[in-house]
Amino acid sequence: MLSASRLVLVTVALLVGAPMAGANEAPVIPPDKFVYCTVCHGVQLKGNHVIEAPRLSGMQAWTVEQQLLAFKRGWRGTHADDLVGMEMQPMAAILSDREIEEAARYVSATNSEPPPVTIKGDAKRGQVLYATCQACHADDGNGVEALGAPALTGLNDWYLVRQTRNFRDGTRGNHKDDIRGAQMRAAAQVLADDDAIWDVVAYINSLQSK
Amino acid sequence: MIAPISRRHFLNLVGAAGGSTAILQTGLALGLLPDTGPLALADIRPIGKTRKRVLILGAGISGLAVAYELERKGYQCTIIEASKRIGGRILTLRRGDEIDEMGYSQVCEFDDQPNLYFNAGAARIPGHHRHTLHYCRELRVPLETYVNDNRNAYTQDDKMFGGKPVRVREYITDARGFMSELLHKAVDRNAFEMPLTADDRERLLAFATTYGDLGPDGRYRGSERAGYKSGGFAAIGELKAPLDFTEILQSDFWRYRMHFSEGGDQAMPVMQPVGGMDNIVRAFVRNIKSPILTNAQVQAIQVGDDAVDVIYNHRGKRHKVSGDYCFNCIPTHFLSGIHNNFSRDYSETLASLERGHLFKIGLQMKERFWENENIYGGISWTSQPIEQIWYPTHGIHSEKGVMLGAYTFREEHGMMFERMNPQERIESAIAQGERIHPGYGSYVESGVSVPWARMNHMMGCNTRWNDELRGSKFRLLQEPEGRHYMIGDQISYHSGWQEGAFASAHHAMNDMDRRVHAELSPSAAG
Repeated sequence: MLSASRLVLVTVALLVGAPMAGANEAPVIPPDKFVYCTVCHGVQLKGNHVIEAPRLSGMQAWTVEQQLLAFKRGWRGTHADDLVGMEMQPMAAILSDREIEEAARYVSATNSEPPPVTIKGDAKRGQVLYATCQACHADDGNGVEALGAPALTGLNDWYLVRQTRNFRDGTRGNHKDDIRGAQMRAAAQVLADDDAIWDVVAYINSLQSK
Repeated sequence: MIAPISRRHFLNLVGAAGGSTAILQTGLALGLLPDTGPLALADIRPIGKTRKRVLILGAGISGLAVAYELERKGYQCTIIEASKRIGGRILTLRRGDEIDEMGYSQVCEFDDQPNLYFNAGAARIPGHHRHTLHYCRELRVPLETYVNDNRNAYTQDDKMFGGKPVRVREYITDARGFMSELLHKAVDRNAFEMPLTADDRERLLAFATTYGDLGPDGRYRGSERAGYKSGGFAAIGELKAPLDFTEILQSDFWRYRMHFSEGGDQAMPVMQPVGGMDNIVRAFVRNIKSPILTNAQVQAIQVGDDAVDVIYNHRGKRHKVSGDYCFNCIPTHFLSGIHNNFSRDYSETLASLERGHLFKIGLQMKERFWENENIYGGISWTSQPIEQIWYPTHGIHSEKGVMLGAYTFREEHGMMFERMNPQERIESAIAQGERIHPGYGSYVESGVSVPWARMNHMMGCNTRWNDELRGSKFRLLQEPEGRHYMIGDQISYHSGWQEGAFASAHHAMNDMDRRVHAELSPSAAG
């Protein structure tokens, strides 16, 4: 659980958005069949913390495909404690492989302002902990496609915290066919407690999205 | 040592403990308390040839009401609706209608008959919801009474009589009988040790006797109010033996559901439009000339000093429109996902409102089996997750009927159904219904489920204000943010009711009217 003081921080920080930010960038108009993605994930998939729908803007297409497939196969969003994942899962389950490719193209084309910083952690301590993550997710946090390790930059920090916890607690990465998920689940065990997760995410916040 | 209290004080205490309705009614009769008074409709002044543009975000009932009122006064209105459907959470399902749930699009497969419809959203109109009734009258939407409470329906609780359903009339009559007997005994023995006159005592005893249908000795031995075990017409009526009061106490029915129809908005009579609640939406649409753009999703809202700019996507293109004022009934939980320049406090408050998880199931039954059980309309209650089933008021003695097979007030129940697929939900609702009506499933021909927190462009019903937020921030959202007004039932003390939506819209329109006329004639302002 988030502590009360951290929750306050989350709400305050999230709302300091630039006025009309994104409106002047080249916005992508979603294909009709993917408008529903923006209902929860927001305009340009900029994320909506109120619905707990993370920012997806500009996510690498292979990552989008990988994760939609994970949802579709029931590797994600089927654990009884993953209530938010369970909200998403039926949306991916109805997509054909071709539609997943189309969705990935659409998602990777979207753009929005970088996600706001909403958590406070010890980034210095996080940098030390990040050594474990770096092996797969790269030292700049932008991921390594060959390893199937997605970029960690450009994501909402609250989403990173939630997913790291999910891996640590086994609510994600627990399907027998989800080999990469199992790897991540094992790796998440090095983060001893919530503070460690906050710290490492604070460090990821300092990395630049490519 | 207890301080002595006066007789009047004592009686008032008893009154307060027994329910304030009687006192309230007495107060009204004496002219001590205000009634809701005449309807204060927005008195919007015409603006003549002055061009004023109004942008309305969302074609929910509050947005429709704003367009209807303002276009008649000379405002140029545009309604921008994200979904393909007009009406928001006023949704009546009939054959062929799509249920636009995220990931689980369903099509309603009820027979094509006028009385086979399901109000999946708004369903009841009480007599004091005066804006709603005003529009029904003005727009000629025929209404009929809707049975919201039925003593012949059942209460079923796994903690009572081994889960066997009991008629509501039996439960309520016996519960009252026992409570009245207790009161009778206490007054009879002067257990309160209170300064009652002989006349007071006599009247209290008579009250208890009448209220609980006690015998002349003040004992409860059953009542015809609970229904006869046999006879009553050609043969002498035989009373049912009273239920075991410990079982009655074990059931949680008395906590809330037993008193549901005492609620200000739930007490009989209530009404429904003939043929479906969305006849109100249709009537508005018939009477609105302003454009209503559907499939038009708002991307950005920019509140400026002199105008509100809105960017929306429509038919594959991005459009920018500008209005002198903006009325916004988009669900508050979506605004964090839409670009805007709202102030921090306003944004934070919008973001802190939670979305509710109301859930309904509608079932087409091939026979109106409930009528054979003396049930014509009303609600059966259960401790199971479906919580309640409703019997249709309309179409009495016709062949088939559409029942409500679940309506969950408790969030955990709604969320449980949300996590099932539509087929699983219907199966679960049938299995639970069997506990109330054995053979229930054999009557089901088709079913629809509507989890409002999974519905496209909705993702929640109804808006949840906690008391603290209500106390500190309600006014902030009710007041405009510059030229931008949040409206809808979400910005009212009646979230989840059309009346809240209308009241909110009228509040906002009155405010704008005042400002517009101050702008038009600055000298007359103030």
